[in-house]
Amino acid sequence: MDLAELRGVRVPRTLDEAWLQPGEAWLAGGSWLYSTPQPHLRGLVDLTGLGWSTVETSPGTDGTGLAIGATCTVAGLLAATAPWTADPRRASVAALVRRCADAFLMSFKVQEVATVGGNICLGLPAGAMTSLAVALDARATLLAAGDGARVVPVADLVTGPGRTDRRPDELLRGLEVDAAAMTATYAVRTLSLTPVGRSAAVVTGRLDPPSGTCAISVTAATDRPVVLRFGALPGADELAAAVAGIAAERWYADPHGAPDWRAHVTGVLAREVLDELHAGTREVAA
Amino acid sequence: MIEVNGAPVDPSTAHPGQCLRTFLRDTGHLDVRKGCDAGDCGACSVLVDGTPLHSCLVPVHRADGRSVTTAAGLGTPEEPHPVQQRFADAAGFQCGFCTAGYVVTAAALAGPDGTVGATAGTADGDALARRFKGNLCRCTGYRSIRDALAGRTNVTPACGATGAIGSSLAAPAAPRVVTGREPFTLDLPTTGVLHVALVQSTAPHARITVDTRAAEAVPGVRFVLTHRDVPATLFSTGRHQSRLDDPDDTRVLDDVVRFVGQRVAAVVAETPQAAEEAARLVVVAYDALPAVHDPEAARAPGAPLLHGDKDPVACRISEPSRNVVAQTHGEVGDVVAGLAAAVHRTRGTWSTARVDHAALETHGARAWVEPDGTLVVRTSTQVPFLVRDELARLLDRDPATVRVVAARVGGGFGGKQELLVEDLVAVAALRTAAAGDPRPVQLELTRAQQFTMVPCRHPMRVTVELGADADGVLTAMAVDVLSDTGAYGNHGPGVLFHGCHESVALYRCANKRVDAEAVYTNSLPSGAFRGYGLGQVVLGIESALDELAREVGISPFEIRRRNAVVPGDAFVVNGPPDTDLEHTGDGFAQCLDLVESHLAATAHTDATRVPLRPDGTPWLVGEGVAAAMIATIPPRGHHSNATLTLTPDGVVTLDVGTAEFGNGTATVHTQLVASTLGVPAHRVRLRTGDTATAGFDTGAYGSTGSVVAGTAVARAATSLRALLDAAGGDPARLDRPLVAHGSCDGSPRSVAFNVHGFRVAVDPRTGEVRVLTSVQGVDAAVVLNPEQLRGQVEGGVAQGLGSALQEEVVLVDGVPTTAAFRDYRVPTMADVPPTTVLFAATVDPLGPAGAKSMSEAPYNPVAPALANAVRDALGVRPHEIPMSRDRVWRLVRSSPGGDR
Repeated sequence: MDLAELRGVRVPRTLDEAWLQPGEAWLAGGSWLYSTPQPHLRGLVDLTGLGWSTVETSPGTDGTGLAIGATCTVAGLLAATAPWTADPRRASVAALVRRCADAFLMSFKVQEVATVGGNICLGLPAGAMTSLAVALDARATLLAAGDGARVVPVADLVTGPGRTDRRPDELLRGLEVDAAAMTATYAVRTLSLTPVGRSAAVVTGRLDPPSGTCAISVTAATDRPVVLRFGALPGADELAAAVAGIAAERWYADPHGAPDWRAHVTGVLAREVLDELHAGTREVAA
Repeated sequence: MIEVNGAPVDPSTAHPGQCLRTFLRDTGHLDVRKGCDAGDCGACSVLVDGTPLHSCLVPVHRADGRSVTTAAGLGTPEEPHPVQQRFADAAGFQCGFCTAGYVVTAAALAGPDGTVGATAGTADGDALARRFKGNLCRCTGYRSIRDALAGRTNVTPACGATGAIGSSLAAPAAPRVVTGREPFTLDLPTTGVLHVALVQSTAPHARITVDTRAAEAVPGVRFVLTHRDVPATLFSTGRHQSRLDDPDDTRVLDDVVRFVGQRVAAVVAETPQAAEEAARLVVVAYDALPAVHDPEAARAPGAPLLHGDKDPVACRISEPSRNVVAQTHGEVGDVVAGLAAAVHRTRGTWSTARVDHAALETHGARAWVEPDGTLVVRTSTQVPFLVRDELARLLDRDPATVRVVAARVGGGFGGKQELLVEDLVAVAALRTAAAGDPRPVQLELTRAQQFTMVPCRHPMRVTVELGADADGVLTAMAVDVLSDTGAYGNHGPGVLFHGCHESVALYRCANKRVDAEAVYTNSLPSGAFRGYGLGQVVLGIESALDELAREVGISPFEIRRRNAVVPGDAFVVNGPPDTDLEHTGDGFAQCLDLVESHLAATAHTDATRVPLRPDGTPWLVGEGVAAAMIATIPPRGHHSNATLTLTPDGVVTLDVGTAEFGNGTATVHTQLVASTLGVPAHRVRLRTGDTATAGFDTGAYGSTGSVVAGTAVARAATSLRALLDAAGGDPARLDRPLVAHGSCDGSPRSVAFNVHGFRVAVDPRTGEVRVLTSVQGVDAAVVLNPEQLRGQVEGGVAQGLGSALQEEVVLVDGVPTTAAFRDYRVPTMADVPPTTVLFAATVDPLGPAGAKSMSEAPYNPVAPALANAVRDALGVRPHEIPMSRDRVWRLVRSSPGGDR
């Protein structure tokens, strides 16, 4: 929609020009900014001129991790990871990306413009890219004016519905993912009130074959990401106890599902995720 | 430069915050439509360098240097894009407001033959539905859109077609609709137009003081209207043939607000951006009054009164001192004795949610004053003549000086049987004209305003108690209804009385009692919604009847056969029987048989399709059925006048006042004219929905477009046929045009029947309800246009499924929390299973060519049929819709052994 109060849009080409003036906000994909009135804004600073839309495999020291630029679109991330489907070591992470993109409420046409960084910065409990980044144990790099930068796990960056740990003057540069995440085994389950509606619960499971460690992450059902970590694949009862141990106030209430139901179906989905991870290990063993 | 459909457009004129959607419209590309303006609905989809995007989400500067293609750029009516041809061939639209966005999206996915699916590697229906989750259609139920994407042909194009009764003639507007060229209400150039933005109340009940000074200081603002600037005349936004049907309890702008979202002020400015910005600068001081949100509390002693100051007689409010706008209490026979004599009894209370019409076209109107002083209002309305008459009354003008025009209306569902925007644009247009600047003034509601200001479906609480003898024959029926009409009483009485009418009259029972009240609350007003109250009451009665059948030990079909009225029975509610309702034929019995047979025939296949839990346990399966009856025409008169003019060039022009809003009357009228006169369908030209060119028409509500307006058209056609025969029979030999008239007054009336059956599977772990079989038996009598009628039924079923399973306008202390499509779950393609539509073979002695009306009716039995199926699956009965997954899961938990 038109943003009536806007007086201008800047498209900086360098970081130095990108810092906000009073009344300005950063514009990434714009799929949320332009979807609702923004009467408090007078200007936008369009980040897409900074060239931060790339997906790179190799930034880490061992050259096999992943760096996702903040303004990489969801469609761009899908395109970059789709070829991995043919690589047995990375097929599982490619499937994870696809499943998380599918969990996006909005259509593929919105995924053409919505960005990974923008989705995370919204702090939505059901943020599809938050689900993805948390499953990957991704770290967010936040820049501040001057030369300040800090790195925060995405699981800690999103702190509540519409809330993040990002200060208003901090700019999300991108996500970094460790090499181990690229070859881990994942399982994903999502549920919503309708077949392709806004996620009411997203449960991702990650199994790291070398170490055997396991992480079960909950998004959408809780007001912020919850990561349950295990030294090895947990038993069903152990996992159920861990889900039951999630604090009652974490279960999110909005028009997309009652909190008691969300708590319950999270347990159902978590069990399915666990079973899939178990089945995967049996396949490997066989 | 932006290249739009091959021509360069300079983006430097854009407002800094402008999105591509409005910029394209400002530069003449009016096929790019607003459904939501938020990226949820897809109506504004365009191709940007070949990639489909929601243009409402694209800042104009990002389109600079790129190429944009709109629906109109894909093809023309003469040379459509293959996808556009597919949508025309399949009749993949009804109102057509979403169609331009659909064809653009499909064009990006389609193969050279215009089909989407196999060629894109997404033949799987679920994958297809996922691709189109960003394209909402409220009319069709998506089956015909799936047909278009698959390349199926369902209709015969008008060109050369005879338009025979019973043929599936294409909608006359199809070539224009699929190419984006059929103009909707606001598809007019914006040059020189003044724009209105509204200020809405943030308090549920308050006396207000409005300060407009800051708003008036915004550059481009012309003036701001408040309660000080508008007529103080009381009226109702709800419109009926008799204006006395609705209470006069509303002012154009009031100094008291009664719900969060109520109109407080209207800013008129040179641009929409200036108007919107200024509207946020209007300062409203609220002197709070006590508020009440619960309808039971609202009628209790001591409750805050919403309209306590109004005269009950002059304003036609039943009991302002009790917040009761309308009520009926009456009994026939002796219900207490009937219950005492019963062998089997059942009782329950059911409740329904607020539901939004979700027509893809928001309410909008443009008004201007002609040089001769005529006030012209072009508006998205189902009732142009009724709007004209009430505007004239409000503005103290001769109706002859007011002209109301409806173009093609982008969906209605009852929501446009209201006067919601026309009054403000009229006042503003008269004011600017009086100031010597007679410019058009336009108001286009936002999608958020649709959810927060525009009336919704009446939420009701319905208690039903039934008694039956050992054979399941009813001995007593008691119905108690509480309807929440919200802050204003528009349609409050009509919906209440109609809701309790055909639902109760369908069953023969010597002892009946109905107590029903419609009550004001400080909430979003309720209004006319498809089914007009029947659906809510039918949920209670049909659920109770289902339970009674279980008690008696007979099938749900059998209990209805034993108790339904048959021709010769009177239609009785809680007083004297109706005098102008006629019942012929065995349509109801046929519908029951059709549905029962179909459910039996699909049982074996469905057994193989039951989803399994991961541990191999099948989901729980259940069957349910429910019935509904509806009068084919609203009571107390519904009028239409048609004029046909045959010119020597062989063209027949039809002037009729009813408006086309996706209900298909334009097609049916064309068929009635073409088949009677023996002219090809493409020689019939329609001029509709204009108070200046047609004789009076009550309007397109109560499913009357075919049976009332259609009867007027058929009578005119018969007269014209006689004139033509007398003149030799050959139009080419006429020396002057032949003119004939026809009219219909909507009485006597008939009744139509619908029976719906479901087989569902329910996952008790999650509450998910999956439809295995959906079938509706439909007594529409003679089917004038099978494809179109099937589409009406499917669309009604889809809307019924939305109400039954997923849609809910949520108010928290009167504040809406679901004010966008992303939070209000209109069914997407993925949410609507196929429905088998089976027609009864009857002939109606009253309707045109033997037809009955069939637009609202298919909606009514859906929710109770689904609730009865869920009851069958779970062993515990739902009492509340929507049966959302969280509610169904709680229902499972509440059942014996339910903690699965």
